[in-house]
Amino acid sequence: MKPASFEYRAPEQLDELLELLADDFLDARVIAGGQSLVPMMNFRLSAPELLLDLRRVEQLGSLDVRPDGSLAVGATVTQARLLAWLEADGRWPVLAEGIRHIGHPQIRSRGTVCGSLCHHDPTAELPALALALGATMHVAGAAGRRAVAAADFSVSYYEVALEPGELLTEVVFPAWPAARGWGFRELARRRGDFALAGAVATVDRDPSGSAAAAVGLVLFGVGDRPVRIEAAERALAGRALDAAALEEVRALVPAQIDPVDDLHASAEHRREVAAELAAGALADAWERSSADV
Amino acid sequence: MSEHAVETVAIDLTINGRELAAEVEPRLLLSDFIRHHAGLTGTHVGCEHGVCGACTVLVDGTPQRSCLVFAVQADGAEIRTVEGLAAPEEPLHPVQQAFHEEHGMQCGFCTSGFLMTTVALLEETPHPSDEQLVDAISGNLCRCTGYRNIVRAVRSAERKLADAAEAPEGGAAAAPTPVGGAVARPEAADA
Repeated sequence: MKPASFEYRAPEQLDELLELLADDFLDARVIAGGQSLVPMMNFRLSAPELLLDLRRVEQLGSLDVRPDGSLAVGATVTQARLLAWLEADGRWPVLAEGIRHIGHPQIRSRGTVCGSLCHHDPTAELPALALALGATMHVAGAAGRRAVAAADFSVSYYEVALEPGELLTEVVFPAWPAARGWGFRELARRRGDFALAGAVATVDRDPSGSAAAAVGLVLFGVGDRPVRIEAAERALAGRALDAAALEEVRALVPAQIDPVDDLHASAEHRREVAAELAAGALADAWERSSADV
Repeated sequence: MSEHAVETVAIDLTINGRELAAEVEPRLLLSDFIRHHAGLTGTHVGCEHGVCGACTVLVDGTPQRSCLVFAVQADGAEIRTVEGLAAPEEPLHPVQQAFHEEHGMQCGFCTSGFLMTTVALLEETPHPSDEQLVDAISGNLCRCTGYRNIVRAVRSAERKLADAAEAPEGGAAAAPTPVGGAVARPEAADA
């Protein structure tokens, strides 16, 4: 259980790092927290020739709210650091709740937000949260920079829309409306385990307060990537999320997802669990939402 | 990969207040550096893929799994291991004393990881809720499954640290119970 040999660099300049990353003749991997990469290297499932550590690139460690109210999280910001910041700030409560479900404190104190987004485990919380909140991924490569919507960033199991030589430098979450309600539900066999399934919901009420103007529902652990349940979002828009509406969601969700059988649960069980988590997250979101002010 | 000699990297770090400089292969795990280079074998290595928590140490004050950190990444860091909790011949650290008194260990393999996790928890959150306590130690496995006593030990450590913080320097409340001494167990009734 020792990793294969590799070379290690920790440049201070982003340009230098991107140049090394773009070298076609080097099998380079980026490391920040390494909480998914190091286990794979210990098992020798991954054996890069060069490991590029982001830790000395100062600009990648920024965590700030932009003038438009959005939240920008740099590539080396750990989950624990973001969680502590969110708990003190109070906005984006759904992000805080989701992060509390990631692994264990030892993992969160080293694991990074952007690292989890790039590793893209289909049962991971952050890719689902990024999709639910409409986050934007800022990507840099030797050829330049581009922005990718979370929906386009997720490709499939452990695969994102990064080209060889590209780096996710930061993720930006849009401003959080104070009146927005949210729900986060996850089922795992033990605390901190990979989720069997999970649900992220948001509700923005209309000015009257008696109906939802917009509803968001994203499920994870039920396919090769987090999935937005548009049928439920459409069915609920303009209505109160009462018992009858939630019952409709329970009935509708199983046909919208395509989970797999594995050691932990059958696909059928995952469908049932996902439907229940979806209804629960939506109920929480409705309860926590208030008329737009 | 044979003849190709991998460059070593110079690192400087502090372990339990002692500064160390070393030349290491990049692939050397921090857990192995602590055990084999620094000679501090109190940090145990269990699964080596970040599941068991036995190798938990404090890196710049936060609990981390030393088997999921390369020693080169810890360049410039301040590390605390179980050896840093109390010097030999000195009284045990309150958290160690609590684990001793409450029998918060059976075979002892997981104990140094639990101790470091508990120290980090109580430094950050002196009075954790049940939920916070369980969340904090959820990343440490005890294969003897002695969790009830471990939870009791964390609660006992919480009281010891709070008493020590209140009592004046050298006060009676801070004095540890001697090893083998009789210990009151107010919560034993709930077992």
